[in-house]
Amino acid sequence: MLSETLFGTDEMMTSLMQKRKAGGVVWKVVFLFSTSLAILFLLLLLVSVIDSTFGYVAVRNEMEPSQLVAGKDAVSEFSRAELETVLQEHLSSGILRRVLHDKPLQERSKTDLVSLAQQYVVKPSVVRSWGLGDSLLDQKSIEAFMAGNEGLHLTFRSWINWSFFTSDQSANPLNAGVRTAFLGSLWIIMITFVFAFPIGVGAAIYLEEYAVDNKLNRLLQLNIFNLSAVPSIIYGLLGLAVFVRSMEHITSGAFLSSVSDTTANGRTILSGGLTLALLVLPIIIINTQEALKAVPDSLRMSSYGVGATKWQTIASHVLPASIDRILTGTILALSRALGETAPLVVIGASTFISVDPSSIFSKFTTLPIQIYQWSARPQGAYRNVAGAAIITLMLLLMAMNSFAIIMRDKISKKKRMES
Amino acid sequence: MNTTNLAEALPRVYEQPQEEKTIIALKDVSIYYGSFQAVKQASLDIYEHRVTAFIGPSGCGKSTVLRSINRMNDMIRGSRIEGSVRFHDHDLYAADVDPVLIRRKIGMVFQKPNPFPKSIYENIAWGARINGFRGDYNELVETSLRSAALWDEVKDKLKQNALRLSGGQQQRLCIARTIAVQPQVILMDEPASALDPIATGRIEELILELKNSYTIIIVTHNMGQASRVSDHTAFFMVDEKRRGYLEEYAPTEQLFLNPAHKKTEEYISGKFG
Repeated sequence: MLSETLFGTDEMMTSLMQKRKAGGVVWKVVFLFSTSLAILFLLLLLVSVIDSTFGYVAVRNEMEPSQLVAGKDAVSEFSRAELETVLQEHLSSGILRRVLHDKPLQERSKTDLVSLAQQYVVKPSVVRSWGLGDSLLDQKSIEAFMAGNEGLHLTFRSWINWSFFTSDQSANPLNAGVRTAFLGSLWIIMITFVFAFPIGVGAAIYLEEYAVDNKLNRLLQLNIFNLSAVPSIIYGLLGLAVFVRSMEHITSGAFLSSVSDTTANGRTILSGGLTLALLVLPIIIINTQEALKAVPDSLRMSSYGVGATKWQTIASHVLPASIDRILTGTILALSRALGETAPLVVIGASTFISVDPSSIFSKFTTLPIQIYQWSARPQGAYRNVAGAAIITLMLLLMAMNSFAIIMRDKISKKKRMES
Repeated sequence: MNTTNLAEALPRVYEQPQEEKTIIALKDVSIYYGSFQAVKQASLDIYEHRVTAFIGPSGCGKSTVLRSINRMNDMIRGSRIEGSVRFHDHDLYAADVDPVLIRRKIGMVFQKPNPFPKSIYENIAWGARINGFRGDYNELVETSLRSAALWDEVKDKLKQNALRLSGGQQQRLCIARTIAVQPQVILMDEPASALDPIATGRIEELILELKNSYTIIIVTHNMGQASRVSDHTAFFMVDEKRRGYLEEYAPTEQLFLNPAHKKTEEYISGKFG
């Protein structure tokens, strides 16, 4: 017969209770440690990016502003008349002709003239740059460096600034910007969304709602799981073979006879977007399937119960009930596409583009490719430029993910409050 | 609100016909899930404008038989049926029969209240709209809700989400939703098992009112409920291979007071199940 004494005396129970609780505490500490470790590495990443984005730079001017106009230390202090004279006198005849051909000096804005004077007359170049940490903590060695080198200007520079967003690329790190790469990324993501979203959601609806449980469909499902794990560079090779080479006639825009100057064979935004669409397709399919699985069967049954057809059930009940999860999953998949570098490098994305992409048949570069390029260059100052580009990319990703979260909350709130 | 048209269209309360007319006939129905036989050769007739209760222990296949009547089993992967189910002398499993059409004629109310996550109004109107209803929707909603004894409670909040109603109200809304598409038969799969006693009582009253207009088949675990609401009771049992079969089918009074089979007597007196 069972009796309470089989559980031991009260004291035994108390000591056992302590042991049970102690076990729980150990695991809690382990979990806390893992979380802290993850946060620590994230912080390290942020710190290292921020460190390279801000700091002192030592700049050497080929022509000092004070030599051009006595008593003025910066080009921005020049008057309009002074700027025009300086440009007329100091620009080489070839550059001057090109500048005048674009727009006469009189019609240009003052900021435009200042940047021309900076770029072609003063010609500043970075001799050395320091990170934020060194700039704040190791000022002695900066001073020593400055003392050992004559004619340098030391300024504190934020590498991420407005002109960084608005300028195109440049051989001079001081003038380099992300505009073309940023626009390229947006174009690519748009193409990816346009192709991957309808196909992915459609495939998921078929697999989840229509497909019968047979060997063929199980094989299909297994392959989709496998595809989602294929390294992205393989998709790049596929894109190169299919979109860039075989479908060059289409992806280059030749079939529309709209070949512009910027087109390079099939290495266009269209090819890049299609390649990334292939890459995220399995992810979108799997995410959407999960979203559809989360819709309770009782909802489908109640719809069939009043005489609805399969499609009416899906369109009126299943999709509205899962659209928030589907969209969130899709945006997260697109975020992954936004950060992809390898497949785009393989299909031959350009690395130096100073013209904005104008159509889906334009050449392109993207933010991650620029980051890779800049961080691989020998000049130290490009590492600072890369840091600024990383911050840009992270801001873009954050914006997309926040958009996904806000939209999901909004839709599910609307679902709860419904009419 | 003008209710004359629809009120006439909807079946009125009238005296129960003395003569019992078969509306659904099951003959030697065996149902399989994959290789497992869930129901073994059940044969019974369902009578028009009567309430028929299916009772029996868990796993006896009573819900399975119920779902075979409006082909809900088609939704379950690997399910298969043998024998015949006839509705007004039409074979429901004939090749040219569209299950969607059957489900409009033979509606269903489920165990767990499952209104659409939409407004109360839309819950009623949606089924009618997809089936091509061309009358006045406001009228339809009011009449259906009145028939389900829910109108007075919700008439001021028709635009409110149905999921904010209580469980009992949700179940009555599901009944109203089923009525709105004007079926001839309503299948109820343990409609009150998730509700409290008061809500259960209201559902039972509702069933008694509805049987004047509809034929109702109800699966229940509650024998008191079966005896209170039904005219006929089918008692299902499980054999040694876990197959369900029909043990006894008789008018409710006879089955409860004077069962012909020993197993029926044991079950209704609470010896097992």
